[in-house]
Amino acid sequence: MAGNNQTPTEYIQHHLQNLTYGYHPENGWSIAHSTAEAQEMGFWAIHLDTMGWSVAMGVLFIWLFRMVGKAATTGVPGKLQSAIEMVFEFVEGTVRGAFHGRNTLIGPIALTLFVWIFLMNLLKLIPVDLAPQLFARLGVEYMKIVPTTDPNATLGMALGVFCLIIYYSIKVKGLGGFAKELSLTPFNHWLLIPFNLVMEVIGLLVKPLSLGLRLFGNMFAGEVIFILIALLPFWISWTLNVPWAIFHILVISLQAFIFTVLTVVYLNAAHEHH
Amino acid sequence: MNINMTLIGQMIAFAIFVWFCTKYVWPPINNALHERQKKIADGLDAASRASRDLEKAEQQAEETLRESKEQAAEILEQAHKRSNQMIDEAREQARQEGERMVAGARSEIEQEVNRAKEELRGEVSRLSVLGAERILEASIDEKQHARLVEKLADEL
Repeated sequence: MAGNNQTPTEYIQHHLQNLTYGYHPENGWSIAHSTAEAQEMGFWAIHLDTMGWSVAMGVLFIWLFRMVGKAATTGVPGKLQSAIEMVFEFVEGTVRGAFHGRNTLIGPIALTLFVWIFLMNLLKLIPVDLAPQLFARLGVEYMKIVPTTDPNATLGMALGVFCLIIYYSIKVKGLGGFAKELSLTPFNHWLLIPFNLVMEVIGLLVKPLSLGLRLFGNMFAGEVIFILIALLPFWISWTLNVPWAIFHILVISLQAFIFTVLTVVYLNAAHEHH
Repeated sequence: MNINMTLIGQMIAFAIFVWFCTKYVWPPINNALHERQKKIADGLDAASRASRDLEKAEQQAEETLRESKEQAAEILEQAHKRSNQMIDEAREQARQEGERMVAGARSEIEQEVNRAKEELRGEVSRLSVLGAERILEASIDEKQHARLVEKLADEL
């Protein structure tokens, strides 16, 4: 619901603004007090809410899985252990299905991505007004709690995946092999090397970009719809936000899954010789 | 919604979490799962082996039972046969013995009769000679008489 002294535009802008800390040309190192100020900070700024919540979710993931893993018995598992093992086996099965090379790091990467992204997406089911209102009372102006609605977060993870793709491509095929793959496919002729190179490099760069933007786009769109629904009178908004939230239970799991599977597929391609 | 340092921060966070996961999360869960998998597989194996063994043992027991039954029947039959044989043998022996005894008695009787006949014959001839001597009172030719008496004895 919109605040008393806010127009709908201000309300939406407020809810889509991250808590930014950075170097402002006039104010120096400080927290931005408006969208314009945040924009003026340029690249040398950091979204405290995105970082904080994503790290919190990551720590939650590590803590939960570590705790269960340490207590894991080979006998009859408890309920929590069963649930964790179900997630684990699901990810392991996906990796086994999509990844044909031999690399023990792929499993942990996929598990981390899946659970971490799922937990970050899960924050979206918290009512859109709850966190901003709560933190406003604590004197924090902006609080956008879903890290995956921030392109920095999704593209950051996608860039991490991109680094892994480059690393494994070079490690498995060698620098020469990787260069050959970039320059001699799909057309194996020396005259077409520039053409191949342009195509392959674009294809390579599109991978992380699409990976990050897909997750961001889905989450951001969902968030905007939630905010728009919240602008409706409170006695009618539940007719829309309840179905939308139920639908998003599917979306948040699906997007986490897609991100994970595509990462595994890309890394598999990096391990394969053409 | 501008791209800024958060991008780098998120990359670093990603790397750290992957490292943590690789080192502290993946191995224990993976080990527990695979060990349990192995345990269950072993258990199932053992169960199937045990049931196979049981089946085999049951079969063996049945066979042994059948064999012993057959053996008992055979032994019984043999005993029957043997007893019948023994009875038959005894009967035959008794019959033979009886026959032999009857034959012995018969031949003895015959001998006795013959001997009596011989004796009687001797006696008769002696008596006849005696009688004749008495009749004649004197013997003319002892030799001729003896021949006569012998002839007489033969005729008797």
